[in-house]
Amino acid sequence: MGKPSTRLRALVLGFGYAFLYFPILLLMVLSFNDSAMMTTWTGFSLRWYHELFNDRALLEAARLSLIIAACTATAAVVVGTWAGYVLARMGRFKGFALFVALVSAPLVIPEVVLGISLLLMIVELSDLFGWEAQNGAFTIWVGHVILSMAYVSVIIQSRVRDLDRSLEEAALDLGASPITVFFQIVLPLIAPALASAWLLAFTLSLDDVVVASFLTGPGYTTLPLEVFSRVRLGLKPEINALATLFMVMVAVLVVVANRIQNRKG
Amino acid sequence: MSTSIKHAPLPWRRILTIAPPFVWLVLFLLVPFLLVLKISFADLQFGVPPYTALAEFKDEALSLVLNLRGYALLFTDSLYIATYLESVRMAVITTIFCVLIGYPMAYYIARSEPSVRNVLLIGVILPFWTSLLLRVYAWIGILRNDGIMNNLLMGLGLIDQPLEIYRTDLAVHIGLIYAYLPFFILPLYANLVKLDVRLLEAAYDLGARPWRAFFSVTLPLSMPGVLAGAMLVFIPSVGEFVIPEMLGGADTLMIGRVMWTEFFNNSDWPMAAAVTCVMVLLLLIPLVFFQYSQVRQLDARGGRRNG
Repeated sequence: MGKPSTRLRALVLGFGYAFLYFPILLLMVLSFNDSAMMTTWTGFSLRWYHELFNDRALLEAARLSLIIAACTATAAVVVGTWAGYVLARMGRFKGFALFVALVSAPLVIPEVVLGISLLLMIVELSDLFGWEAQNGAFTIWVGHVILSMAYVSVIIQSRVRDLDRSLEEAALDLGASPITVFFQIVLPLIAPALASAWLLAFTLSLDDVVVASFLTGPGYTTLPLEVFSRVRLGLKPEINALATLFMVMVAVLVVVANRIQNRKG
Repeated sequence: MSTSIKHAPLPWRRILTIAPPFVWLVLFLLVPFLLVLKISFADLQFGVPPYTALAEFKDEALSLVLNLRGYALLFTDSLYIATYLESVRMAVITTIFCVLIGYPMAYYIARSEPSVRNVLLIGVILPFWTSLLLRVYAWIGILRNDGIMNNLLMGLGLIDQPLEIYRTDLAVHIGLIYAYLPFFILPLYANLVKLDVRLLEAAYDLGARPWRAFFSVTLPLSMPGVLAGAMLVFIPSVGEFVIPEMLGGADTLMIGRVMWTEFFNNSDWPMAAAVTCVMVLLLLIPLVFFQYSQVRQLDARGGRRNG
C-alpha cells in the first residue's frame, strides 16, 4: 500500500494543529504576564490570578454558571439519552423524519434562531399562565437543555447502535421486560458515553453566550455573559487567567475521560 | 430484520417509548419556531410583550391581522439584502477554507497508526470542549494593530506598518474558520477512517499513482463526509453572532448581528422575528440537505447491522 508522503503529512498536521492551538497557548502564556498591556512581556507574575480570585462579579457569575451547567447536563443526558435510544433502536416510525430534524436542528441552526424562539415561547407561556417575574436561571436552564440534548442524542445514538444487539435479545428471551433490559443491560454498557455526553452538555452550557442573552432575566449574569460584556470592547488580562484555568481543567477532564473510555472499549 | 421482528415491542410500548421525547421536541423546538413565524407578522407595540396579537375578538368577530411591515422593510431596504448576501458570502468562504485545511488534516489523521490517531483525534476534539468565547477572544490579542502578529512581522522587518486585520472582515473570516474547523474535520474523519483500504490497494495494484488513487477512490467515497462537515460549518456560520461582534468592524455586515441589534437595541421583536424567518428560509435548502444526510446515515447504519 502506498505510503502517504511523510513530509506533506507533517506540514499539513503541523500547520493545522498550530492554527488550532496557538491562540490557546498564547492566552496561557499571557496570563502570567505582569503587564496590563497584553502585547509586551514584562515579566512573570500571578497578578491576574490574584485579581481573578478577588473579582466578586466574576466569581458570582461562575457560581451561577456552574449550577446551571450541572443541572443542564443532568437533564440533557436524561432527555437526550431517551431520544438517542429511540433513534438507534425504534427503527422507522411515523414522523421519523421530523423527529430526526428536531433532534439534530440545534447542532446546525444558528444560535440566534434558537435564542429568539425559546424566548418567545417563554414569553407566550408566561402570558398564558400569568407567570410574573421570570426566573432567569430557570429559563436559561430550559434553553441549555434544548441546545445540549442534541449533542447528547448524537453521542448516545451512535453508542447504542454499536452495541451487540444479541445481548438485549438474550435478556428478552429470558423474560426480562424492555425496561429492565434498558436499565440492566443498555445503560451500564453505554455508561462511558453517558459520562462524556454529560461533560459535553456541561461545557456547552458553560460556554453559551447567545441563548443565555435572550433567556436571562435581571440579576442573572452567567459567566459567559460577564466575560462577553467585558471582552467585546477589547482585552482584559484577568480573562486570560480565567481562560487558562478553564482550559487546563477541560484538558485534564477530556484526557481522563478518553482513558476511561478506551479501557472499557 | 428477522431477529428484531420476534422482539418487536408491543405497539403501546413503542408509542410510550417514542412519544415522550417526540412531544418534548415538538413543544420546545417546533412550537417556539412557529411562534417566531407568528410574531414576525405582528406589529410593534409598547407593553409586555412588545408586540400585537394577530388574532383578536372584536365586535363578536375574530379578526386576523397579518402585519407585513417587517418583511416589506426587509425586501426594500438594500441594507438588509446586502447583509444577507454578505453573510452567505462569508459562510461560503469559511466553508471553502475549512475544506481546504480540514480535508488534508482529516485524511492524515485517519491514515495514521491507531495509537497516534487517537492522540491526534483528541487534539481536534479538545478545542470543542474549551470555551469558544475564550478562544475567539484570544484572536484579538493576535490580530490587533499592536498584537503578537504585527509585532512579530514588524520585528522581522517584513512590514513597516501594522497590518489592519482586527475589526475587519478578514478577522471575522479567520475567527469563523478557526471556530468551525473541528466541526468539519470530525464527520469527515469518521467517514475516512471507515474507508476500505482494500479499494486503495486494488487501485495501486492496477497501477494507479497515489494522487490518481486519491482522486478516483478516496475523494468520491468521502464526499458524504465532506458534505456533512460542510453543512455543519456553513449553516451556523451564516447566522453567527459572537465572532463578527468580537472580531469584526462596525461595517461588518452579518445577519446574526443585525437581528441582535433589532432585538436588543431597537427592542423591535417583530422585526427581529422577520429577520430570523428570512434567515431560516435562506438556510432551508442546506437544512433539508443536512436533514436528508442525517436520515440516510441512520438508515445506512441500521441497514448494515440488521442485514
